[in-house]
Amino acid sequence: MGLTWVQLIWLVPLLPFLSFLTLFLTQGRLPRPLVGVLGAGSVGLAALVVGVIATEYLGAGNTAPVSVQMFQWMNVGGLNPSFGFIIDGLSITMLCVITGVGFLIHVYSTLFVLEEKDYSRFFTYMNLFVSAMIILVLADNLLLLYLGWEGVGVCSYLLIGYWYEDASNGRAARKAFIVTRIGDGFMALGMLLLFTHLGTLEISAVTTAAAATFQTGDTIPTIAALLLLGGACGKSAQLPLQTWLPDAMAGPTPVSALIHAATMVTAGVYLIARMHDLFLLAPVAQLAVAFVGLLTLLVAAGTALTQNDIKRILAYSTISQIGYMFLALGVGAWSAAIFHLMTHAFFKALLFLGAGYVVYSLHHEHDIRQMGGLARRLPIGFASFLIGSAALAALPMTSGFFSKDEILLAAYEHGEWGGLLWAGGALGAFLTALYSFRLVFIVFLGPTRTEPSAPAGWLMGGPLLVLCVLSLVGGFIDPPAALVLPASPPGHDAVMQWVTPAIPIVGVVLAWFLFSSRSFSFGDFATGPGGALRRFLYSHWAMDWLYDRTIVRPYYWLARINRSDAVDYVYAATAGITRVGSSALALTQSGQLRWYAGTMVGGLVIFVAILLGIL
Amino acid sequence: MMEAVVVPMEHGLLLAGFLFVIGLLGVMARRNVIFILMSLEIMLNACGLAFIVAGSAHGEADGQVMFMIILTIAAAEVVVGLGLVLQARRRFRTLDIDQASQLGG
Amino acid sequence: MELILLMAVLMLGGGAAWLTEAWDEALPRRVAMGTLAVAAVLTYMLWQGSDQSIALGTGTSDWRLLISHEWIPRFGISFLFGLDGISLIMVSLTIILGVVAVVSSWHEIEKATGFFHFNLLWTLAGVVGVFTALDLFLFFFFWEVMLIPMYLLIAIWGHEARSYASMKFFLFTQISGLLMLVSIVALVFVNHEVTGVWTFSYFDLVETVLPPDIAYWLMLGFFIAFVVKLPGFPFHTWLPDAHTQAPTAASVLLAGILLKTGGYGLIRFTLPLFPEASQQIAPLAMALGAAGILYGAVLAFAQVDFKRLVAYSSVSHMGFVLIGVYAWNELALQGAMMQMIAHGFSTAALFMIAGALQHRLHTRDMMAMGGLWRDMPRMGAIAMFFIIASLGVPGLGNFVGEFLVLAGVFRVEITIAVIATIGLVAGAAYALIAMQRVFQGPRPDNAAAVADFGVLEVGVLFLMMVALTGIGIYPQPLLDVLEPVLASIYQLSNTDVAWIGRLP
Repeated sequence: MGLTWVQLIWLVPLLPFLSFLTLFLTQGRLPRPLVGVLGAGSVGLAALVVGVIATEYLGAGNTAPVSVQMFQWMNVGGLNPSFGFIIDGLSITMLCVITGVGFLIHVYSTLFVLEEKDYSRFFTYMNLFVSAMIILVLADNLLLLYLGWEGVGVCSYLLIGYWYEDASNGRAARKAFIVTRIGDGFMALGMLLLFTHLGTLEISAVTTAAAATFQTGDTIPTIAALLLLGGACGKSAQLPLQTWLPDAMAGPTPVSALIHAATMVTAGVYLIARMHDLFLLAPVAQLAVAFVGLLTLLVAAGTALTQNDIKRILAYSTISQIGYMFLALGVGAWSAAIFHLMTHAFFKALLFLGAGYVVYSLHHEHDIRQMGGLARRLPIGFASFLIGSAALAALPMTSGFFSKDEILLAAYEHGEWGGLLWAGGALGAFLTALYSFRLVFIVFLGPTRTEPSAPAGWLMGGPLLVLCVLSLVGGFIDPPAALVLPASPPGHDAVMQWVTPAIPIVGVVLAWFLFSSRSFSFGDFATGPGGALRRFLYSHWAMDWLYDRTIVRPYYWLARINRSDAVDYVYAATAGITRVGSSALALTQSGQLRWYAGTMVGGLVIFVAILLGIL
Repeated sequence: MMEAVVVPMEHGLLLAGFLFVIGLLGVMARRNVIFILMSLEIMLNACGLAFIVAGSAHGEADGQVMFMIILTIAAAEVVVGLGLVLQARRRFRTLDIDQASQLGG
Repeated sequence: MELILLMAVLMLGGGAAWLTEAWDEALPRRVAMGTLAVAAVLTYMLWQGSDQSIALGTGTSDWRLLISHEWIPRFGISFLFGLDGISLIMVSLTIILGVVAVVSSWHEIEKATGFFHFNLLWTLAGVVGVFTALDLFLFFFFWEVMLIPMYLLIAIWGHEARSYASMKFFLFTQISGLLMLVSIVALVFVNHEVTGVWTFSYFDLVETVLPPDIAYWLMLGFFIAFVVKLPGFPFHTWLPDAHTQAPTAASVLLAGILLKTGGYGLIRFTLPLFPEASQQIAPLAMALGAAGILYGAVLAFAQVDFKRLVAYSSVSHMGFVLIGVYAWNELALQGAMMQMIAHGFSTAALFMIAGALQHRLHTRDMMAMGGLWRDMPRMGAIAMFFIIASLGVPGLGNFVGEFLVLAGVFRVEITIAVIATIGLVAGAAYALIAMQRVFQGPRPDNAAAVADFGVLEVGVLFLMMVALTGIGIYPQPLLDVLEPVLASIYQLSNTDVAWIGRLP
């Protein structure tokens, strides 16, 4: 077809993977600058290739997907997935986000983790993550997607537990992996259902076969879609599998930025967007997606309002924003969801990296109650947070504004539930503005509670500035995903078009009144007016407590009581009976001659009696 | 000439049976090894009597032949048995058979 | 011919190793390694063998090698060995794991090294015989041959509870083997009743038509023998003790290859010989397999002894093989075979690591370990790789096996597939807790420094990592070798489900 660069798509996942292999095999023996160049450079090079391919593909005015097959993975019993990549608007959008934002984060981390003993190990894991994520978005069949899916899960585990010497980091890492694995289980079952009924796992074949085999609203596609939704919930930290993400903040900040904000947690959104034809066949499932998104965004926003750890606030914010993406998918605003994914990647990465910037200067202090008045000392940090929070709150003309409002307006148009969905989304927007500017005002205004040391260098500042720009102008980029996905219902209602942008502004104003230095002090959190409500919200609506009581502790108990394997008692009993029987029988061997004579006589009597027919 | 008194076979077998049981009870009840051996002899002789009675009842010589065999076996057995008793006496210093129970389990 | 040579080389090498102990303590392991090198060459030559077709049931089966000599003609017993795709792969795995076993015991075994390597090599010879014998009497003979040296390995060089563990292992396998022997003899008798011919040969016996009720009981004999070996719940309780108390090399062989003889026996003998009876017991067998997956996973999580945890993880993984075999369709069978191969590598590596840990720390108690990554980064990284592999992460071999099994089982019995998927989640729990307790977390303050893996160990483990990754990313060569074999065995069962084979 004349698209020569497109054929080199395999370079994109390969470059970070080669860097991973190099770093893995040399295991810390390379000098730090070289490790940094390899780690960040491979992603940068991949971003470059993505840019070239994107230019070529989009420049040629293509809308049809291009498929590049590497090799046949398996061919057995009707299952024949290949290592094949699909290049279309959606995958290109995702690739740009992953490699572009990923490159910035890698550059940032060359400075952020410079002091670490295991410098090389960090980039080993990060590079493996990037290549797995790229495979995830490029995969042309669900099984290869699942490979990327689980791969990023493993890397997330490895990176959360990067500082392994602290056992609580390990616990957070395990929690993340196990909760997402539950989601993965659902996804695997969904894939098996699709394969059993449609005979293939190749995405385009699945969608065409599904449209041919099933009617809208049939059971099988609904169940399959719900199962895929379950998988997406796990990976994207949506209700009810979202409890792992706040704890995942135990990892280094660049990890939180890359994995738990910009890329891995968006994998669920990508999956549903990619499989949109299946969800169109299952309206019940699609509605479920919307409601999952709605509930999640409210729960998370409520919790974010009460948190005091700078990264945890951002974590709950991420859960909430992905809830918006799910809401968009659920109401059929497919490209709005991807658009919001892109803008969210920009401003959330900005916020996280900004948080890292602040934390770096405060010697890894995370509690916002110990911060304050940093606006003048850390101007780049202040700018990052201001712009990032503005975009997060969807203040007018920021990138977040364009994407979030598109979602809310589309939600309003959605049939009978439209009003409710819009109202929930609007409430969430209000809360978002409230908590994000609470963070900004507490950390950057007011009295300085901890003196920051010198701000970090340009390796950290540079990416922040780039992301600032993107967060502001990113709204004007039209992601090519729109070429692939069905059109979103446009928002027509004029009133809503004025009301929706106004809500976050109200939130910012309220935040100013509540949290700026003059009227604010950290009172007693637990007691005081609304203390119980605050405690409830702080504990993540008691979800961690609930899961601990209903799943974790019973599992531990179940494992502990059966530790020595109750089944073994059957065999031990057999051995015991044999031993008892043996000692009983041994009594007949008394060594007494007269006893032997007596038993012989007894036996003889019985024998004769039988012979004579008496017995 | 004296008239031959025909002793019914049943009486003879009954006598043999009684003797056998006496001998058996002696084996089971007596603790002294010598007495056990003597009781064994009684049992053997009872068997011999049974054979003689049966043989005479059928008018065959087989019964007498069996008795010869039994006598021979009894003699051999007594020889070996008394030899063992002497050894046992030396070891256990007693003729009480209940003391010789080392083969118990 | 190479096959007989292979077994002979292993046996003679064992004898040589025993004898050379008199000269030098270090010689036996070198002799053993040399023997395995020769064996590897012979195995390579076996891969080049030619194909022969033999009529089997309504179709044919392809064999790369068939050896047949008369042994006891009066009862129809002969030296009948056959090598096809399954046996070839299993024999290759045996030799590879033999090398791993010798390497893992390189520094560990101090006393009676000659006799140790003798037992090791004779176990290998027995296993090779099990995988290639096609005369049922000969099969049983090799079944016993592989059992006794393993018993000695555990009983003499094992750890603190070795007498209990070895005796338990021996009794379980022996009694179940006895049931199998009764079934074999009864089967031959019934065949004689029907055809008037005494024969123990596999090819003749698969064609025997058995009355259904007798067939069920005969099948049970085989079933129990192989399910005990596999091990299937609830006959698995010998495994944790045997694996934990065995020396490292024996654990590697036990988990890596001896367990697979159970799966092999099911595929090769139980199902083809008794197709209808196997279909009758299939629901129960799959339920037992699923129960084993969950039970093994939950119990693994509870253990504080590292080797015991890995042992229970083996119970869990072998549950997949059991449900795969009894789902009896192409995907599931291929999955069961791939699971056996991949599990052989991953669990052998984990046991090698466990043994290395015990050798350095003199304990298997995970509560006394922690933070070992700092001192042993190479071991830590390798352990992380194999833990992730045993989790069933795609891209590595275990996923291929597990997913194919799930795909096959899903078509037949959805509930079982769901339970197995739950087992995958539970698998994450125990695998990661093991990693946490041993390598992560803080190091106890008074802990002495420990040595990391040496070149030899890293080399062997690295090769296994490459192999496992290769199986995960490009399993097609193995799948192609297995496909015709499984197809010919499948057609013996006269089911309605068609064999799909490779898509163009």
